[in-house]
Amino acid sequence: MKRRKVDLKSMPAAAARGVDERFQVATPLRGLLNKVFPDHWSFLLGEIALFSFIVLLLTGTFLTIFFEPSLREVTYDGSYAPLRGVHMSAAFESSLNLSFDVRGGLIMRQMHHWAALLFMASIVCHMLRIFFTGAFRKPREGNWIIGSLLFWVGFLAGFTGYSLPDDALSGTGLRIASAIMLSIPVIGTWVTSSIFGGEFPGDIIISRFFIAHVMLIPALLLALIGAHLGLVFKQKHTQWPGPGRTNDNVVGERMFPRYAIKQGGYMLLVSGVIALLGGLFQINPIWLFGPYEAAVVSAASQPDWYVMFLDGSTRLMPGWELHIPIGDGYVIPPIFWPTVVLPGILVMLTIAYPFIEARMTKDKASHNLLQRPRDVPERTALGAMAVSFFLVLTFTGANDVIADKLRISLNAMTWAGRIGLIIIPPLAYYFTHRICLGLQQHDREVLVHGVETGIIRRLPDGRFEEVHQPLAQVDEHGHPQELPYIGWTVPKKMNRLGALGPAVKGFFFPIEKPVDAPVSPGHPPVSSGPDREEIGSGHR
Amino acid sequence: MSTTTAHGAGQGPEVNDPVQQRFEVVREHARADGINIVHYEPQFEPGSKAERRMTRTVASLFLLAGLAGTAFLAIYIWWPWRNEYGSGPDKLYTPLLGLTFGLALLFVGIGVLTWGKKLLPREVSIQDRHEGASKAEDVTAVADTMSYMADELGVKRRPLLGISLLAGLAPIGAVVAAPLVGGLISQPHKNNQMFRTGWAPIEDDHGGRKLVRLTREDGTPIRPEDVTTGGQMTVFPGIPGGAKNLHADSPTLLIHLRPDDAQKAREANERERKNGYMWGNYIAYSKICTHAGCPASLYEQQTNRLLCPCHQSQFHIVDNAKPIFGPASRRLPQLPLTVDDEGFLVAKSDFTETVGPDFWERP
Repeated sequence: MKRRKVDLKSMPAAAARGVDERFQVATPLRGLLNKVFPDHWSFLLGEIALFSFIVLLLTGTFLTIFFEPSLREVTYDGSYAPLRGVHMSAAFESSLNLSFDVRGGLIMRQMHHWAALLFMASIVCHMLRIFFTGAFRKPREGNWIIGSLLFWVGFLAGFTGYSLPDDALSGTGLRIASAIMLSIPVIGTWVTSSIFGGEFPGDIIISRFFIAHVMLIPALLLALIGAHLGLVFKQKHTQWPGPGRTNDNVVGERMFPRYAIKQGGYMLLVSGVIALLGGLFQINPIWLFGPYEAAVVSAASQPDWYVMFLDGSTRLMPGWELHIPIGDGYVIPPIFWPTVVLPGILVMLTIAYPFIEARMTKDKASHNLLQRPRDVPERTALGAMAVSFFLVLTFTGANDVIADKLRISLNAMTWAGRIGLIIIPPLAYYFTHRICLGLQQHDREVLVHGVETGIIRRLPDGRFEEVHQPLAQVDEHGHPQELPYIGWTVPKKMNRLGALGPAVKGFFFPIEKPVDAPVSPGHPPVSSGPDREEIGSGHR
Repeated sequence: MSTTTAHGAGQGPEVNDPVQQRFEVVREHARADGINIVHYEPQFEPGSKAERRMTRTVASLFLLAGLAGTAFLAIYIWWPWRNEYGSGPDKLYTPLLGLTFGLALLFVGIGVLTWGKKLLPREVSIQDRHEGASKAEDVTAVADTMSYMADELGVKRRPLLGISLLAGLAPIGAVVAAPLVGGLISQPHKNNQMFRTGWAPIEDDHGGRKLVRLTREDGTPIRPEDVTTGGQMTVFPGIPGGAKNLHADSPTLLIHLRPDDAQKAREANERERKNGYMWGNYIAYSKICTHAGCPASLYEQQTNRLLCPCHQSQFHIVDNAKPIFGPASRRLPQLPLTVDDEGFLVAKSDFTETVGPDFWERP
């Protein structure tokens, strides 16, 4: 019998044909392979959030295998000697065991916590990028809403996770959360009692938070992230303006292979950084805090960074209690305003912002080109106002630590925060607006007159003038042609072309490198300039 | 942007070059999908010295990653990891794991990135966006079909159907929600829990009342002389589990005031008709902040202020624990004190005001 020769070369093709005959994958795959993505460093902020979420899922799954979500009282008998014999909940005990008696458990716990902090931080940076560049405009309002919901769902995920170990810090956080729920008018006590299964702390809250933290909230996050990415894919990514870029095209590189490989490498980098953080930098050392006891707290009890602005707003709120003299009298406690009303306003404002802006500017067009923040001074100034508002509150969330370390009166810090919250955001608005206008003006100046070279020339009649390097062709009188502004970086430093070599010291680099970003991956090389000649600004 | 370069840039089109031919095929396919590959250029001359150096760099990054990964495994398996008291090598276990794991990931990551960014050709492609709404033809098709369907259902002609459907669906929706929400609902005023703490006198079957002792966390009762002048102590109701979180609203701060402060506090008490709440120079306030429920536990002896470390509410001890700074709006409730036959401090009654954070129906 003659053995049939196996044709190794044709095997992949044959296998692929076999798959396609069954699943018809070629058509969708063609669209996927032939898809162009624009590139810019600022487009990668959201990716950090996505990659930290993946790390969160992986490390979190490991943690669930060892964590016991129960408030059952136990006596600690693990390997951490200072706490031996202490009564604590099973949740706290299993968190201690995860840290000390599970091989490699501590690094998983710490990676999980660091990844959560990074997740929230990159969401915020990504949102700021979207906001300041106008990427939320039509047709992407829906994705903006999904993104801002992702922040708040991530906030919930963070808070429920923070509460699980039942250490002194997380118990204090839960206590404050219960006070916030209690403060809601009319239904406050019912909501609190229903969530805690009775009076605080009850005995069921940890297992309820556990199922929320490991199933309900991650499922919601996954669904929202899926929708978020799907919409980015469907609506195609925005791009910066630049040569060859219009509202109707995407300039970049195809998704495969280079773009996808870069994404893969980037994901490994983010995970690597989280692993380094988780191994080398201690976070949330619950064994130093001890188990939660209602009577115990220490100074400098701070929440995770993304909750600190709420802590700050609570600290700044004056003790204004609202009495409603009906029947026995009803109360709206002061904590209601900074912790329920304020976040409510923040959620609504962010969601509504794209529509508010479209209405104010009467702009109904679709936008796929990004705007430089300086070109929309009002929006940029509003954003700066929001950021400064957030920062004042966040710093106030740590005002006891600041007061302690810098030896300032704590009450003075609180007053500084109250006054700062009112005057700093308008100041931020004013200054940002002015800076934007100044930057715009400077761009236009360079486009009209050319780049400032820092070279002063004396004219025959004794006047001095600065030599400008023309950006465009010069006309017959030697005046540079005026260039239109296209919404992208304008060169601000002279380059070697036509100048006398690198004699001019710049701020960091002596000579401007050609701007790479608009045509980022492979801008065709700039053609070399004419032969060197005497430097001049054209007034010859 | 107009220059189109492919493999073998600058050499002019070589029709016989198989690599060039395959690229042209790919480019034609892309063009059919509305993608114009306008620039495609390897960053290094194929086979050049620079390219070989870059290849070696990527390869060594991968090998370094393998090394770090192996180190991770070796440490994971053989490094002493069991927690010992003191500063043994086990304290280095987690940092070493993090270092090797992180480095391994970083090396692979940088290797992959270098591969992608340096060894693959640079490219600029332009794809059309196909902006705006769907094709007009599709829109009309969908609109016609849907309006036909609506007519077929006949809700317009038969309004009763629509109304009855809505009326029927509303309870069905409630049926779905009811078990989800209903099971959770818990009456907040069960056993008067919002207004009652562990200090309520214990009533026995014969109608007698037994006052609750002030105890330490370990349950031992307290004599007045246990607290020095100017000192303070956190006390818990002397009932089973009184110091546990089950009685999270019961922790109380017992303060032994100096005589002149005590006099001021007594006068302030009398103004509020709380005569006899103090026992001698001893005064006791709920430790649970009326703002957010943290323990208001930082006692400043010189100014007689009590500060809550969570949101910095401050209470004036000698003036009925009135809030004098920060976000709290309500006084800390005062526990009426006395001493029982055996000379131990006891609570005369439960707190006479609501303990803990404020809420809507607090009288």
